[in-house]
Amino acid sequence: MSEMNLAQSSLSLALWINLKREVIVAVRHKGELANPLMFFLMVVVFIPLGISPEPKVLAPLAPGLIWVIALLATLLSLDGLFRSDYEDGSLEQMLMSPQPLAIFVVTKILAHWLMTGVPLTLIAPALGLMLYLPAEGYGAMLLSLFIGTGSLSMIGAIGAALTVSLRKGGLVLSLIVMPLYVPVLIFGASAVTSAVGGDKIGLEIAILLAMFLTAMLLAPFAAAGALKIGTDA
Amino acid sequence: MASWQWFHRMGSPKWFYEKMRIWMLALGFLSCAMIMVGMVWGLAFAPAELKQGNSYRIMYVHVPTAIVSMGGYYVMAIAGAIGLIWRMKLSFMVMKSTAPVGAILTFLGLFTGAVWGKPTWGVYWVWDARITFMVILFFIYLGIIALQEAYPDKDMGDKAAALLSLVGMVVVPLIYKSVDWWFTLHQKSTFKLTEKSTIDPSMAYPLILMIFATYMFFAWMVIYRTRVEILYRERKTQWVKQALLGPA
Amino acid sequence: MPELELEAFTCERDDSPLFEPLDLAIEPGEIVQVAGPNGAGKTTLLRALCGLFTNWKGRFSWRGNVLRRPNFDMLDQMLYLGHHPGVKRSLTARENLQWYFGVQGRVTPDKVENILAHVGLAGYADIQCQNMSAGQMRRVALARLYATYASLWVLDEPFTAIDVKGVEHLENLIENHAAKGGTVLLTTHQALSIPSFRTVHLVPFVQGQL
Repeated sequence: MSEMNLAQSSLSLALWINLKREVIVAVRHKGELANPLMFFLMVVVFIPLGISPEPKVLAPLAPGLIWVIALLATLLSLDGLFRSDYEDGSLEQMLMSPQPLAIFVVTKILAHWLMTGVPLTLIAPALGLMLYLPAEGYGAMLLSLFIGTGSLSMIGAIGAALTVSLRKGGLVLSLIVMPLYVPVLIFGASAVTSAVGGDKIGLEIAILLAMFLTAMLLAPFAAAGALKIGTDA
Repeated sequence: MASWQWFHRMGSPKWFYEKMRIWMLALGFLSCAMIMVGMVWGLAFAPAELKQGNSYRIMYVHVPTAIVSMGGYYVMAIAGAIGLIWRMKLSFMVMKSTAPVGAILTFLGLFTGAVWGKPTWGVYWVWDARITFMVILFFIYLGIIALQEAYPDKDMGDKAAALLSLVGMVVVPLIYKSVDWWFTLHQKSTFKLTEKSTIDPSMAYPLILMIFATYMFFAWMVIYRTRVEILYRERKTQWVKQALLGPA
Repeated sequence: MPELELEAFTCERDDSPLFEPLDLAIEPGEIVQVAGPNGAGKTTLLRALCGLFTNWKGRFSWRGNVLRRPNFDMLDQMLYLGHHPGVKRSLTARENLQWYFGVQGRVTPDKVENILAHVGLAGYADIQCQNMSAGQMRRVALARLYATYASLWVLDEPFTAIDVKGVEHLENLIENHAAKGGTVLLTTHQALSIPSFRTVHLVPFVQGQL
């Protein structure tokens, strides 16, 4: 095997083995997996209690509320993204790998999305029912959350990487990530609102996709750079 | 290489500290003088506006601070990028000094916006496109400052904050555009705080003067704070001891 | 050609050096113990050589290549065992070992049971590490040494939480590795009973000398 081929095959090996590990670890910590979902559900129960149980009041708020809560639930799950690997030294071993750190970051983001964003998307219809989201909104909600939570995981990974070595990084993490979530929130919630109002949602979905692809190109490298900075002590 | 010498010399905190003394004094004097002239001109001599009467005059503070707070973000992010790429300590100091100045200007923009909102809309707070964007920008500034402060090690804090401000450089225009889009989607009244087309030259000249003055004020504050930061970070070196205590 | 060469090398924290600049050339087949009082920067020095700490001054070369950060070839030939060795508690010993070699871009070189048998963990392959003692978890990390492709070992306190018999075993392994031309750089608070090794003393840098 030529040197080039060897490097390529070992790259895919490293990528695959890390993804496998992420999934195994996540499945063994079922509690942590369920936490964002529980949070999502609980806040939704709070809303009628705090505002009004009237369908007339809740229905117009539903698209935005579901998006805001999904965003907060994602934020809640970010703190642990690199923390345990930093604490047990796995992160050092990834840094010491001949393979680029960005590929490990990609697997971690992918696993985070599969374990947080996708389940959030899947239970969102139930929450839509509880908040009287009109029937026209469900398709747009599923689609926008599916794409949007991917961007949330990627942007959030940068924040999680920047705060990985801070003892009380959780609050700073929320502070630095939340403003960066604004465009995703605007276009995600607006896609659902437009669908409810009977409008086309092509523009919103296209922009969400464009943000997703841009984040995919830049976020793994930014997060890898941040991890190198955060562990350089 | 000879062509790069100026660049490396500029990277020396000592060089910056010594050369910028005169610039600092000049900018401080000029910006204060220009702000005074602009204020008197804008508040006393510019004509009253047709619809808003005299209350529009707060524009002479609101608009310049809003513009400079946005421009200041780029100054900060570019300084951070230079620090990351060329490992230049001085540019991290510039970055660190810029963040609070930018944050305060953003806050001033928000505050004057609220003061202006009361006579215009009858309420202190309206989710106007520019004001909403400035709130988010304010939080971005605060996030960068908070991240830098959270690191006990200053080198790590510098680099982390620089990386975050670079990420922000990609996202901030996106936020600006999406907030604008969101605003036109929800806009009920067509009345914006400033409508460029209707502004009369006699109102515009003091505004332009104030924008220049605020930029100079910004540069003055950044240089002033950077010089303080230099003294603090280089406090162990011989030249700082000499500069402060005189030759031993 | 020396395996590793340092010239006027020192690590900095808060703008001042941790230890007196170091000149050091390590030939292949050498065992080098880095010694020095607490806070002299032993761990920092090892981390700097691994590319995990970048705030250093001086010159650093590996097999004749002057490097700022370890390159692909060097990382491929390197094994680092730090205070936290990168053993995940919720994974089994087998999964941990396979992950380690996979991250290095390699296939696990031998049957996992055989590798674990070297460190006295025969039959523990499918036990989650959180159910093991601290010493056993440490052994899962040390098991890498029995199967690694790497020639340059950087070991930070490898004997922590290991019993007397385990220490003896590990010392033999280190000696064998050096005899085969491998290089070992380690820190330890224990006296080494290896016949031929070199000690490098880090002298803490005293302020006010510049």
